[in-house]
Amino acid sequence: MTDYLLRGGRVVDPAGGQDRRADVLVSGGVVTAVGERLGGSGATVLDCTGAVVAPGLVDLHAHLREPGREDEETIATGSAAAAAGGYTALCAMPNTDPVADNAAVVEKVWALGAQVGLVDVVPAGALTRGRRGEEMADLGEMARCAAGVRLFTDDGAALSDSLLARRVMEYLVAFDAIYAEHCEDEALVAGGHMHEGERSVALGLAGRPSEAEFLIAARDIALARLTRCRLHLLHVSAAETVELVRRAKAEGLRVTAEATPHHLALTDAALASYDTNAKVNPPLRTERDRAALVAGVADGTIDAIATDHAPHALQEKESEFTLAPAGIVGLETALSLTLTTLVAPGLLTLRDALERLSTAPARILGLEGHGGPIEPGRPANLTVFDPAATWVVEPQRLHSRSVNTPFAGWELSGVVRHTLLRGRPTVRDGELVTEVMV
Amino acid sequence: MIPQHLLSIDQLDETAITRILDTARGLRSVTDRPLKKLPTLRGRTVCNLFYEPSTRTRVSFELAAKRLSADVINFQADARSSVSKGESLKDTAWTLEAMGVDALVVRHPSSGAAAQLSRWVRARVINAGDGRHEHPTQALLDLFSMRERFGTLAGLKVVIVGDIAHSRVARSNVKGLVTMGADVTLVGPPTLVPPQVESWGAKVSYDLDAVLDDADVCYLLRVQRERLGAPAFPTLREYAALWGLDRARAARLKPDALVMHPGPINRGVEIAADVADLPRAVILEQVANGVAVRMSLLYLMLGGAEEPPGGGR
Repeated sequence: MTDYLLRGGRVVDPAGGQDRRADVLVSGGVVTAVGERLGGSGATVLDCTGAVVAPGLVDLHAHLREPGREDEETIATGSAAAAAGGYTALCAMPNTDPVADNAAVVEKVWALGAQVGLVDVVPAGALTRGRRGEEMADLGEMARCAAGVRLFTDDGAALSDSLLARRVMEYLVAFDAIYAEHCEDEALVAGGHMHEGERSVALGLAGRPSEAEFLIAARDIALARLTRCRLHLLHVSAAETVELVRRAKAEGLRVTAEATPHHLALTDAALASYDTNAKVNPPLRTERDRAALVAGVADGTIDAIATDHAPHALQEKESEFTLAPAGIVGLETALSLTLTTLVAPGLLTLRDALERLSTAPARILGLEGHGGPIEPGRPANLTVFDPAATWVVEPQRLHSRSVNTPFAGWELSGVVRHTLLRGRPTVRDGELVTEVMV
Repeated sequence: MIPQHLLSIDQLDETAITRILDTARGLRSVTDRPLKKLPTLRGRTVCNLFYEPSTRTRVSFELAAKRLSADVINFQADARSSVSKGESLKDTAWTLEAMGVDALVVRHPSSGAAAQLSRWVRARVINAGDGRHEHPTQALLDLFSMRERFGTLAGLKVVIVGDIAHSRVARSNVKGLVTMGADVTLVGPPTLVPPQVESWGAKVSYDLDAVLDDADVCYLLRVQRERLGAPAFPTLREYAALWGLDRARAARLKPDALVMHPGPINRGVEIAADVADLPRAVILEQVANGVAVRMSLLYLMLGGAEEPPGGGR
């Protein structure tokens, strides 16, 4: 295995408490030295001049669509998008076809991810069989199988039945697993296409009110208190939900939360011309909500920035707004959007940005080898990016099989230069290293 | 300025609306002549692309185009065919355009469909009703009808009654009326009158009796039966009792006040059967004016001083 010397970068490592100019020597898949002017004879030099060397990013929330919708994304194309975006691990959502509600499916997803080898694919399992919200999925079998599922969710919709939600939480305690919720009350959002407010009324589109989110969040926090289960709130979008999480944390409950780059960057103003690429659930909300989310990310109430990468077929997004599916691809824009919309204006430090994009999500998922620290003996899961370089988002050039992004044409700061998965470059000098794919 | 596509009444300022209404007034005389035809749009093709069943709007557009000597084709499509089966809206529009259509008059159950279509084609797009969003030509013909009766729209007190939340007619009318300086009050059950409508510059009331006496126009919206029960209101009987224009309420209106309705009417629900037949109920006049207003629009959008659409291709 080739040794690599990452030379001339700035190591920003939230877990290790480092922010300094240092070279990083990688040998046999692990970091062997971090320091100034390292030698490393025989090692291949990866130029990191002007770049940040960070722990590889970890996404808590990606839809890879395989099995079932391989026309929209596959584990291979999704992994490529992730590596290109600086990720070394991601949690694959279970709303596939068939649903990942049993050990066979999660093991298959896990094995395909390992076979592709561009990113660690960590499968999530469904909470209920078929995501129908009626009976428990094979929770224990998924937790104990080779894939070792840690996070369970019926993402796409909330679990409506409060008693079943309680029972699932109680049961998951046995595995110290996470109950993760897509917080939207089905009855309150039925038929809705965007945030309910002045804009939805003006556009004549049925709304999905914030109340639909924070009512479910409040219920789940109460049930987490009752059951002592770990609770993770997916893609928080409403100001009230941020406040609920803040209070739950102050109380000492084991509650974590994530926000997406699109909810942090956009509001429902993006829907003004019926751009189906900005249609997403939960919906883009108001400036007040966006500001509360940013504040929540900055003060740590929101633990992680997660993509909710949701590829959709072009012909489905290019249909009438009310018929178009909801979702945004995010793996290749998350880091740059965070740097551009949060770090550059001084709303979030670079250290905290990397904590939310890597260290915290790795900790939530219990991924020992990810999220840093960057120190000798640790697996070399690293991302090197140039924070000052800019690029323009051209959907057709993304590695994802789908192009549904509302950020087309945006000029963003932050270009991924190298990504290393256990010491092996998956991206080198800005190019995906495809030879690692079997 | 007359916009390239008419998607929302928001695109029209007071000057543009006045120009459309003035032109319509001139064109209305054509409809009263024995030979109801002008050569203005000869050689142009207008396509009525309707994804919802509609009689009056489609026929009105068809007559308007034919009276200006345009060729008209009617394309009745099924909204459900999109995505799941058959041809997408985009492909249908491209297909029609490839055959040389100059204007697409589109009716669609999905809000925003006309706006989306306008980004995909070079033909002019006229929104003939998109979901619950807008129905700008209906608003224009209503403004025309009011202006003919009252001489001006400025200061006119207009009460719009019914399902504001789901009504494209209400949206377009409120915005058009406010632009022209009218004083608009929206009335209906709170389940059908979202509070955000106040941002359009209209007042809100839940009590029809409290706002009728002053009204110059009482504009009734059709009650859609699918709103019955959950979640909008308990029964049609209760709706009629609280928000319907019955004989007693109609009698309280000012002597010259008008009763208007975009049709088709539900006699006995939003409007009592005999009220609909009162001289002050100008529902058929609205229909007649619709042809003249649509002629005006087609004339200004397709035949005006500007280069004909498609001429630069």
